[in-house]
Parts: sequence; C-alpha cells; structure tokens
Amino acid sequence: MTGGPLVERLRGIVGTEHVITHERQLATYESDGLLQYAVTPAAVVLPGTAAEVAGLVRACHDAEVPWVARGAGSGLSGGALPVEDGILIALSRLRRILDVDIPNGRVLVEPGVTNIAVSQAVAPTHFFPPDPSSQIVCTIGGNVAENSGGAHCFKYGFTTNYVTGLELVLPDGSEVILGGPELDHPGYDLLGAFVGSEGTLGIATKIWLRVVPKPEAVRTLVAFFGSTVEAGEVVSRIVAEGIVPGAIEMMDNLSIRAAEGATNAGYPVDAGAALVVELDGSEAECETRFEHVIEMCAGADSVRIAHDETERELIWRTRKAAFAAMGRIAPNYYVQDSVIPRTRLAEVLGTIEELAREHELQVANVFHAGDGNLHPLVCYDGAQPGEAERAEELAGLIVKACVDAGGSITGEHGVGVDKKRYMPSMFDDPDLATFQRLRCAFDPDGRANPGKVMPTPRLCGEVPGPYRRHPLEQAGVAERF
Amino acid sequence: MQVADAPATREELGASLAAAAEAGTPVRFRGGGTKLGWARRAPAEAIELSTAGLNTIVEHNAGDLTAVLEPGVLLADAQATFANAGQMLALDPPDGGATVGGVVAAADSGPLRARYGGPRDLVVGMRVALSDGTLAKSGGKVIKNVAGYDIAKLFTGSFGTLGAIVELCVRLHPLPPATATAVGGSSDPDELARGAAALAGSALEHHGLDISWEAGRGTALARFAGAAPRPQAEAAELLLRREGLSTEILDDDASVWDEQRARQRGPLVVKVSGLPTHVPALLRAADELGGSLVGRAGLGVSWLRFEEPSASAVERLRRDWIAVVQDRPAELDIDPWGPIDPAADALMQRVKERFDPARVCA
Repeated sequence: MTGGPLVERLRGIVGTEHVITHERQLATYESDGLLQYAVTPAAVVLPGTAAEVAGLVRACHDAEVPWVARGAGSGLSGGALPVEDGILIALSRLRRILDVDIPNGRVLVEPGVTNIAVSQAVAPTHFFPPDPSSQIVCTIGGNVAENSGGAHCFKYGFTTNYVTGLELVLPDGSEVILGGPELDHPGYDLLGAFVGSEGTLGIATKIWLRVVPKPEAVRTLVAFFGSTVEAGEVVSRIVAEGIVPGAIEMMDNLSIRAAEGATNAGYPVDAGAALVVELDGSEAECETRFEHVIEMCAGADSVRIAHDETERELIWRTRKAAFAAMGRIAPNYYVQDSVIPRTRLAEVLGTIEELAREHELQVANVFHAGDGNLHPLVCYDGAQPGEAERAEELAGLIVKACVDAGGSITGEHGVGVDKKRYMPSMFDDPDLATFQRLRCAFDPDGRANPGKVMPTPRLCGEVPGPYRRHPLEQAGVAERF
Repeated sequence: MQVADAPATREELGASLAAAAEAGTPVRFRGGGTKLGWARRAPAEAIELSTAGLNTIVEHNAGDLTAVLEPGVLLADAQATFANAGQMLALDPPDGGATVGGVVAAADSGPLRARYGGPRDLVVGMRVALSDGTLAKSGGKVIKNVAGYDIAKLFTGSFGTLGAIVELCVRLHPLPPATATAVGGSSDPDELARGAAALAGSALEHHGLDISWEAGRGTALARFAGAAPRPQAEAAELLLRREGLSTEILDDDASVWDEQRARQRGPLVVKVSGLPTHVPALLRAADELGGSLVGRAGLGVSWLRFEEPSASAVERLRRDWIAVVQDRPAELDIDPWGPIDPAADALMQRVKERFDPARVCA
C-alpha cells in the first residue's frame, strides 16, 4: 500500500509531508484512548482544510477503501480504532476557531478545536457546557461523533443540545451543510441524527455551537458517608426536592483511596462514599438551595464546603483524578460506562459488589449520580494468567446487570468496537435494522468507520422500489401474507 | 379523507400501516388534530390513522424524572399526572387538545423551550412503526444514553412522513415552586431588542425569555422560577430599565405567558428562524407586513402572525430568513417549508426512501 495509487493520490491532495506510511509513525495512531485494541492502518493522512477532507474521502470512495476519522484519539470505546488496510483521517490540523459571536451565543469551529478552547474563546462571560473529563485534549469533532456529556450534563445536557449546524463531507466525498447558526432549519433533523453517530455517517468539517452565559454563582461541597447507599439516599432526596444540581458525583471507597493518593486532598480514606454536589445559577437561588443541600447532608460523617475557587478546583481535581489514579490500586483497569435509572442505584451497586466477589476482583465506582451514569472500573493485573479474561467477563456481567435494570450500555463513551457486542442486550434485530436504514442513507457502501456500533456487519442493498404485486398474485393464484 | 378504525395497540397501528402500504394507499397519522394544516398536505386519497386509541401513560418514574407515553396521550393529561408528583414535561405549546405524539411529530414548543429545549431535547427514547410493518425502538428509558443512532431526533418534526411514532420516553423536570416575570415595554424596535439582548446575555437563569410586538409596540418578558425567583426578576427589571424600557414585575404571571403561547396560532403563522441580533429588523418587517410577532428572544426563533393571509408576506420573510409556514388557510397556495439546500434535500430524500420505501407516509 505504501506506494499504491491511492496513497499517491492522497499525497497529491494534502502534500507528501501530511501522509504517514512509516510503520513506526503509524504506531502512534493504532489505538485511541482504549488501549486494549490496536490496528495499524495503511496510511494516516492529516488534511489542513475541509476541501482536502472532501478530496481524501472522494479518493477513498473511488478506490473502494474504508476510512476512519480521528480527533484527539481520547475516546474510550475504540471508536477511532483504524481499519486494517484502511485510511485514518486525523483532523488535528483543522483547529481554527472561525467565528466567535457573543451577542448571538454562537461559535463556529473546525473539528480539531479542543473542547476547552471553545469555553476559553467565549470567557469570561460565556461557556460551552459539555465538559467531558478529557476536555483539555478532546476535540469538538470527537464530541460531535460521540455526543459527549460530562459532569455537568444532568443540568445542561449533552453535545447534541448545543450543535446548531454542521458542514459535512459525506462518505461519497460530497459536501452538505445541515442546519447553520440558526435553529430549526426546514426538513428532517439530520443534524440530530448525525451527532452521536460515531463517525459512521461522514466527517464534520465545520461545527456551529451554541454557548451560554456563565452562571452568576457556583457552590460546591463534598460530603463523606459510611456507604454508597447512604450517599445515594441523599441524591434521591435532592432530586425529590426539585433541585437540579449543576453536577452531582459519587466516588466509592476504592476510588477515594486512589484519588487521595494522587492529590492529597485530605479526604478520609476510610469513608464509604464521597458525594460531590455543585449548584450553580443566580446568587439568591444558589444560596437558598445550597443551605438546603447542606441540611440534607446532615447524616454525613463530614462535609467540606469549597470556600473559594482553589478549594473548588481541588474537589474537582480529586474527582477527575479517580480514573488515572486507579493505577495505584491495580496495574490494569477496564472502564465501563453503563447507565441505570438512578432509583435502582443501591440494588445495582449491590449486584456489582457480589459479582466482583465471585470473580475475585476489585471494582471501583466513580459515577455521575444525577443521571445514573456509572463508571465501574474493573481492576486487574494483566500479568496474572487468566485475570484479564476474568475482568472482561465481569465487565460484561456488570453491563448486563445495568441493562436488566432498565439502563443503557453506554452513557457517554459511545459503542465503538468495545461495546458493540452488548448492543443485542438493548436492541432487537428490527431495532438494529432500523439503525442500518439511517446508515445506508448516508453511507450505502459502508466505508465510513466500518465495524463500529453495529454488532454484526450488515450490507445496505438497493432501495426496494414501491411494492409491486407478483404476477401470480395479480392473477389471483397466490395470496400475499 | 377516509378514516380507518383507530388502532388500540402499536401492533395494530403497525399492521394497519403495513396493509395500507401493500395496497399503495397513502396514510396520514392523526393525533389531536390541532396541526393538520401544517407541513405538506396529505393527498385526498390518503386514509387517516388516528393514535387516539394509544392513550396510556405507560410509566411515570417520578424518582428517575422520566415517563413512557403512548402517542395519543393528551399533553394536558400527561402534565396533570406529572404535576401530582411536582414534575412537568417541559413542553408548553399552545392548544389544549394536542397529543404528545403530535407535539413531537410537529416539533412544536412554547416559551419553556428557552430553558429546556424543544421536543428533540426532551425525548430520550422512541418506538416507531414503519410502512413495511417494522416496529422498532431506539434510545432508552434513561436520560443519558448514546447507544445506537438517535432515530428519535429523525422522527421529531418529521410530521409522520417516515413512519408513525408509537411510544415515547421523555425526560421530566421539577415543577418550580414559584415564578415571577419582569416585563419591559417599548415602541422602539432597537430599544426592545437591546432589552432582550441584555437579558439573554446576562447570567440570570431565566425560565422563559420572550418578546412580543404588535402595531409598533412590544414587550420583552423574562420569567424566573425556583425557590427564590423575585430577586432575579428584580435584577432583570433593572437591566430592562437601564436600556430605557418601561418596566414592571408580575408575581402572578401565568396569563401573560398564556398570551404569548396563544399568539403562536392564527389564520397565517410563519415561524421565522434567525439570530437574536436580527430582532430589530424582524420587528420592522412585522410592521411593514401588517403582522404581529412573538419570539424566543435568546434563541432567535419567532412566530409572525397575519390576520390577512398572503403568500407575499411569506416570500418577503424568506428573502432574509428561514420562514416555515405553520397555520395557514387551505386555499393559500404556498410551500410550507420554503427553500431547502439541494444537497441537504437530496440526503433527506435518501432517508425517506430508506424508512418509507413504499412512500405512503404522507
């Protein structure tokens, strides 16, 4: 492939220096944030303009070669895993902020712009609400592909609620604009269907985003409880009171210990659960509600209130450290992203504990408590024979327990390659076939990020024409059922 | 139009739709019948399939702030059920007889959209029936979920042209304990727009942010809701006064918002999508064309209402904005959607072909 005609054509489009074919350099791109999977693509290309992206996709289309788009590669579902012998289109050079329109609350960006850069561009008055933990590195293009959430989405919603328009390159290399800076463009909401489609419908080359004014006041506390059940009861009470916190996050004992080791925040390492509650909004509303939340935490062993931005930042740094710090507990871990109806929390956590005991493995739980998005971290030692397999089996059983409780296999990480095997636990064949109809309308040849999302490969086939009676039927010989 | 027996279950509805498709007969779905004049009209030979028999509130999971509804449930009935638990579905379009399925299929909304988004933002799961007899679900029953394609968004606002919505799972919100509204009046379009812009750009957490305009005079309204709405309403009043508007605060504010909602209906109503900074030009256009206006000031979405319907008013609006016709008299010959970018239109046609290959969902 190194000197093949397609690669030559790609070099012609983006310039030789932006096409990578050396094996050692390709290795950089063989995995995304989920390192369990690695595939070496035939070539990595780094376009610098939307027109170059269209040219590359058109070239792949003509050569009948599949491709995968990649942002920062921070995804946790293997959504940007390359296809063998396919082309990886890395969008990191498309990182211009094209327009900042504060009076209208709109920003126009290229897909390689990082999530944090959008909030920085509209600071100090405004912000971009979706805030995945990887926001310093992850890109808006990736956020659009995955419909990214974050800690604040219980109140503010997800990426899909903030995208008003997209300029796309479709899998045949043609370009189309869906929506724009305005809301409510006529026709089908293809924009809504595209966001969260995990790179299987095309590549966004320009993205219009809505940004919103920053809240006047923010109040944050962390309360420590004897168990996750006790902390969960407080979450239920807060929600029942009609309070919608900006964020409400929980860590169990294992996560507290790991995170404390990383940040030395002074958290009690024997606590059963830490509950972070953040309220934002108007000064008066925040103050009234916050007093109320403090009262509801009366049963906690201790409560720490952030008195300034430094203390607030420490609470968040400790919460966000929980994942990375898991290395202190075990050499390897496997992150899940299941969602449950929040009211089933105690029951599902009990099941997870039991399953972990059966598998003789530790599971740490860090989760977005408001919307029931769990991140169970299955800890294991890959050097011990059989342990990785046991961890994977345990992770699968945890996903199943969440789906059985009425939940979802993924709340924000996406299906990618990692969770596609769980899709049949949520969706029956007619559901999957209906997903495929959308896919086929955008990508009839199946060349955009193949092998992702859907549990088994499916072909599109021709659009069936209007129903016509079989000649035998017409003659009254056969009845059609 | 021929009316079929109203199905009692989604399986029956799916079977009726599939039977019509086999016969090559177009089908129009009917909910509360409050928006039948919107979008493109079904052909005369179409049969009507009503969702009136699918009217069960299947689940109200108060602790999870979700509900599962059949499409024929009246929005008002659903709201009454949710209100018993201190909750609401944050959709408040006008007309009491509308069903939840109809509101979603037409993507209709009211003033609450400014804070909570529209139907697309509140539907978290959907079951649909397609013309080939397929019954399929997407999404789920939890508010956070990215598994599979978002078919619900595709069907929201599709006016039943891809298939029928046969069940919905929606996200609910707490019903706020108290509200207060700051109102500012002006007869200067620029002044009114400045007032609305000051509110939209402020850190105040409004529960509704609207403008209204009729015959050279209008208001900007900001509603606040929660445990302590009054201090925010006072802050909003100050912002409006600073821009020169004459102001007041209404603690008993339900009727002004009902009026805003009612103004989204009329003999001819055109929904105009622009940007918040287009407000002054749009107010002048309303005066010039003899129409009145209500709008979600922070979103840039407005409804222009004309007592005397004319295609030329719509054409004038389409020179500068996206203008979609909603209410209109049967005799007014006009494309309700207006121009759609050809590449986007081609893609929409491909989606239509895949979901409704028999092309019977009208």
